[in-house]
Amino acid sequence: MFTLDHERKMGKRELRITVADAVNELMDADKSVLFLESDLAGASGSGKIQKAHPEQYIQVGIAEANMMGMAAGLSAVGFKPYTHTFGPFATRRVFDQVFLSGAYAHNTINIFGSDPGFTVGPNGGTHTTWEDVALMRTIPGAVVCDAADDVQLTWIVKEFAKSEGIHYVRANRKAVRNVYAEGSTFEMGKGNIVKEGKDVLVIAAGQLVSDALDCAEKLEAEGISVEVVDMFCIKPLDKELIIKEAAGKKAVVTFENHSVIGGLGSAVAETLLEAGVSVKFKRHGVEDRFGQVGTADFLQKEFKLTSADLENTIKGVLL
Amino acid sequence: MTGTELKNVKVLAANIRIDILKMLEKRGYGHLGGSLSIADLMAVLYGKQLRYDAKNPDWDERDMIVLSKGHAGPGWYCALANCGFFDKEWLYTLNEGGTRLPSHPDRTKTPGVDMTTGSLGQGTSTACGMAQGLKLKGSEQYVYLIVGDGELNEGQCWEAFQYIAAKKLNNCIVIIDDNKKQLDGYTKDILNPFSYEEKMKAFGFDTQVVPGNDVEAIDEAINRAKAVKDSAVCIILDNIKGSGVKYAEELMANHSVKFNTEEMVNKNHAAIAELEAFVKGAE
Repeated sequence: MFTLDHERKMGKRELRITVADAVNELMDADKSVLFLESDLAGASGSGKIQKAHPEQYIQVGIAEANMMGMAAGLSAVGFKPYTHTFGPFATRRVFDQVFLSGAYAHNTINIFGSDPGFTVGPNGGTHTTWEDVALMRTIPGAVVCDAADDVQLTWIVKEFAKSEGIHYVRANRKAVRNVYAEGSTFEMGKGNIVKEGKDVLVIAAGQLVSDALDCAEKLEAEGISVEVVDMFCIKPLDKELIIKEAAGKKAVVTFENHSVIGGLGSAVAETLLEAGVSVKFKRHGVEDRFGQVGTADFLQKEFKLTSADLENTIKGVLL
Repeated sequence: MTGTELKNVKVLAANIRIDILKMLEKRGYGHLGGSLSIADLMAVLYGKQLRYDAKNPDWDERDMIVLSKGHAGPGWYCALANCGFFDKEWLYTLNEGGTRLPSHPDRTKTPGVDMTTGSLGQGTSTACGMAQGLKLKGSEQYVYLIVGDGELNEGQCWEAFQYIAAKKLNNCIVIIDDNKKQLDGYTKDILNPFSYEEKMKAFGFDTQVVPGNDVEAIDEAINRAKAVKDSAVCIILDNIKGSGVKYAEELMANHSVKFNTEEMVNKNHAAIAELEAFVKGAE
């Protein structure tokens, strides 16, 4: 069960520390939990894990393919490996290793891909991933998550330890605004209705859930009733909820920090079409573009991923 | 190796080769050269060095093999079948729909196969992870990582080797099957590797080079590798693709062959007869 933090204030903890804290908690109770780092401890906060659990921390150096393969091998001899690198290197650079040594070979790899999409900030276009969800959701059996906030990310990281397979979560390294109150729990494969509404259904994921709620509240004041679903688990997808909540709406809009090709928007479109749901529909995400450098705020605006951009899309689709 | 051990290992190697030839002829095609070139190594491993229980393939204290050059899967399957992991009839289901013996090893399908391989280079990292995990557990199990020379074109191998060497994972015995050829030709022509021995030494491995078809030399090299305590270990098999079967050695394009001519089938039958005579003589 979840409860909302209606103020949506900036979280007090950086999400990289959220991951480190959650992994440390897992390690306290389970010696088979390992964390593999590829020379990004300074960026990922995993130094905190190394300090607390040096015997469960593996530094592989700048060798992401080897890291994913090693994780698969460690899984094969009974360990529960977590890995971290920046989102693009955690997915597209090592796709074959995660796919074959991991998924196809029935090994477990828990993957934290940091700074997805516009959150890349000054690392720029080379370090931007707007295709990670598209890639990862094609891996049979993989779990793919985009964390909305600190509370949810903690839950996701811990939940990954409970099952075998490929588990991927993307999240900003920095602090983000809270959507949920402390103590909230979730269900993998289930979306959360974080705001009720009758006119438009917005299905969002990741930290953009906060922006979607901002937008919905603004439009409410203008007489447009917007429902917001946090679809943090993009695979397995909560198709039942999508079909149920789309019924009777004037429009459905997806909102993601990802390419419109292959991500949440595509997954929702597939679901609606296959279910025969006839509704106005728009994928709001990054159009067919590469990333670039700038602050995260600049990039969010440049790639039209703000609350105001979503508002324009909703109004446009209702015309 | 005692006289009896030597005889048994040689007979096992011959039986592995006989089954490779029979199964691939039955299938009509297959990875012949690279399967034959690991036959002597497999015979030493399963006949002498490896701790395993064929009736309990998941035995907790077993040693493990990662055949990173996964296309040599048929050679491995013949070793497993000869050592009782499954019935030899399985060999004739190679690559059939629903088979438990796919062209490339699959840990979810075949008893005795501990790691899935096939995308070249990836077995080096998985073996590295397995060995690191076993070290963390304080286990005395070994991981035998078998890598092809052509496979060393893949950069991932060198990532894994750096880790194995840096962390002195001496429980991961790296064996390079230097059979001199890859699919498109000689390795020296495709991408000159220069000296594997110098490369592995430079990476920090205790490195030995032994004839790839000399079971006594392979056995001694493994014994010596097991005695090394302060560094990673590597054994390079100076080998011939197709080794131990004259017609296969002489066939230039012997990576994947077809048994679709009378001449090829006749040569294969003659080779099988020769190996069977050796086995009979040894008995």
